[in-house]
Amino acid sequence: MIYWELFLAFFIPGIVGYGGGPASIPLIQTEVVNRYGWVTVEEFGELLAIGNALPGPIATKMAGYIGYEVGGVLGASVALFATIAPSLIIMIFLLGILYKFKDSPRVKRMTGLIKPTIAILLGVLAFEFFDTSVFSSGWAQTIFLIVISYLLLEKWKVHPALVIAGALLYGGLFLGHGAV
Amino acid sequence: MDIILQRDLFIAFFRSGILGYGGGPSTIPLVHKEVVERFGWMNDQEFADVLALGNALPGPIATKMAGYIGYKVGGWVGLINSLIATVLPTVLLMVGLIGLLSSFRESRVVAGMTAAVAPVVGVMLFVLTMQFLKQSKKGIGLAVTVVLSIVSLAAYQFLGIHPAIVIGILIVYGLTVRPRREKEGAAS
Repeated sequence: MIYWELFLAFFIPGIVGYGGGPASIPLIQTEVVNRYGWVTVEEFGELLAIGNALPGPIATKMAGYIGYEVGGVLGASVALFATIAPSLIIMIFLLGILYKFKDSPRVKRMTGLIKPTIAILLGVLAFEFFDTSVFSSGWAQTIFLIVISYLLLEKWKVHPALVIAGALLYGGLFLGHGAV
Repeated sequence: MDIILQRDLFIAFFRSGILGYGGGPSTIPLVHKEVVERFGWMNDQEFADVLALGNALPGPIATKMAGYIGYKVGGWVGLINSLIATVLPTVLLMVGLIGLLSSFRESRVVAGMTAAVAPVVGVMLFVLTMQFLKQSKKGIGLAVTVVLSIVSLAAYQFLGIHPAIVIGILIVYGLTVRPRREKEGAAS
């Protein structure tokens, strides 16, 4: 049955894909291209490129689109449910337990201890974004955009929506031509 | 059901989703901005817990954040509402505009637009990093923060150990080994 297959195809990458949506992309490819043959490798690459040009989480865009192509609106719903629900349910369950004991000294210390790791994780992620930018726009543009956006966001407290809109405009005007 | 609250939840997650270029992780600082700074639904500590657990579990991070925060703030309706706001707009864009978008894909203007957002997201993540380090210093002290940061960085970047494992070890350690204060309390 197609809906059951859709569920499995997106449930498995969701439940074994550590490192967020982008990490589950190769696993999704294995399922939808190799196992079920719903799309070809070329189509998958094309979808990924289009998905990456759009904002928002990538795993759900892939699940929503492929689910829709294979099984219509119901197919899209099943694929999205399989992507989102399993890890979310575990998360709600675990955080529920955590907050039940949030005044316990052990839980307090534990949540304190994981903070540096989370900070490092975000820091590494930040540098990955800088790295991507150096690769696509070069050093000069990257440093310029970092300095300008830091000043706008932190010094002049401009809303991120406006800064991102500004970056989109700047990129469309100045980075679209020379960049390889 | 609190209509105003549900509307705010929708706005918060719609904005985070539609502004996040570069997949789910790029929405983290945007969600922080909305949930902690703008609407004050959570403090930094709770947000850090959500991130820690979200990272320790598999699957997309953006929907785990949206689903959990939506649930905590607005119950089951809040959960569904926040998920819809995160997922649906971009899925609809993808399904509805696929023909148009595949011709755009070759466009250098679109590539340039997406490229320019990457450093902005990087800056926002970096600011959040510094915020968490500062709070950690306040909470567990400078020395422990520095040691744990170096250990995490080495494990993640140089030894290739997945952060989920580091977080898992810290959670187990934190919950099983008795805190010093509790020990003293039991002894006296």
